[in-house]
Amino acid sequence: MDSLIDVVLFAFLIVVALAVARGRDLFAGAMLFGMFSLLSAGLFLIMDAADVAFTEAAVGAGVSTVLLVAALSLIGTEERARRRSNFLPLAIVVVTGASLIWGTFDLPPFGDPANPPNHHVVPRYLEKSGEEIGIPNVVASVLASYRGFDTFGEVVVIFAAGVGVMLLLGGRKRHRQRKERGL
Amino acid sequence: MSHHLILRVVAKFLIPLILVYGLYVHFHGEVSPGGGFQAGVLVASAFILHALIFGLNKTRPIARPGVLKAIAAGGVLLYGGTGVAGMLFGGEFLHYGVLAADPVKGQHLGIILIELGVLFTVASVMLLIFYAFAGRQKPEAQ
Repeated sequence: MDSLIDVVLFAFLIVVALAVARGRDLFAGAMLFGMFSLLSAGLFLIMDAADVAFTEAAVGAGVSTVLLVAALSLIGTEERARRRSNFLPLAIVVVTGASLIWGTFDLPPFGDPANPPNHHVVPRYLEKSGEEIGIPNVVASVLASYRGFDTFGEVVVIFAAGVGVMLLLGGRKRHRQRKERGL
Repeated sequence: MSHHLILRVVAKFLIPLILVYGLYVHFHGEVSPGGGFQAGVLVASAFILHALIFGLNKTRPIARPGVLKAIAAGGVLLYGGTGVAGMLFGGEFLHYGVLAADPVKGQHLGIILIELGVLFTVASVMLLIFYAFAGRQKPEAQ
């Protein structure tokens, strides 16, 4: 049953990706990207990564679609016709994709308990989280406590992203007002 | 889009639900999937929906950019401050076990504090980025 859902989700993923690549309407493209994220969230959920799926659905399908549409309201929704040939980009994409697929042959099998990540620190987290942290969701105790420093880094990255966007886009109005006043 | 009656009514109905759901995801994060990050995105999306339906000029006075900037910085400060508090109580940076007499209680306290920091920073930064994009006028209009 799971594999059937996998096949359906991946088929939709490929269809959506092709539609994004072929379409000229950027607004439709933004909406399709939202669908792509939602389908990815479904795949993560199938792999029992509920926290990741939740984040993907909220950020990928929700907020980033809104940001894309907000950007489109500034630049227009029609893609400019390209004049150059598509051969070089196609070759680069094919070579990169082929090497990525070749790389997956070296990955350990999916979900195998003998995989290296399942032997390093994970057993300790799973055994000790209950008595050391005392909360039922081990993902939360890993993210917030065992790996708290990583999460701190993530929060600082988000803060830095906000500062960067505000520096690039935020100060526009004041600048114009100053110009109007002749400064 | 404020002239669409149906959108307005549905948004008024949905925005409090989204906010409550965001808080649920935040405070239930230790039992179910979710936590400060996802809750922050949900809270921000409630305000973004308000801005999309009622217009940016109606949302800005509710969640003022100046206040949001302070909250964004305060969230990082709360997270880092919790870490430093662990050092002051004699542990390592971000060691919550020393924050209370019982190490498990200390872990709970530390996780609650840092998740609040994540919630504050994520929600306000998402909203500020949306303001920055949506508040810009078209190049022709300048």
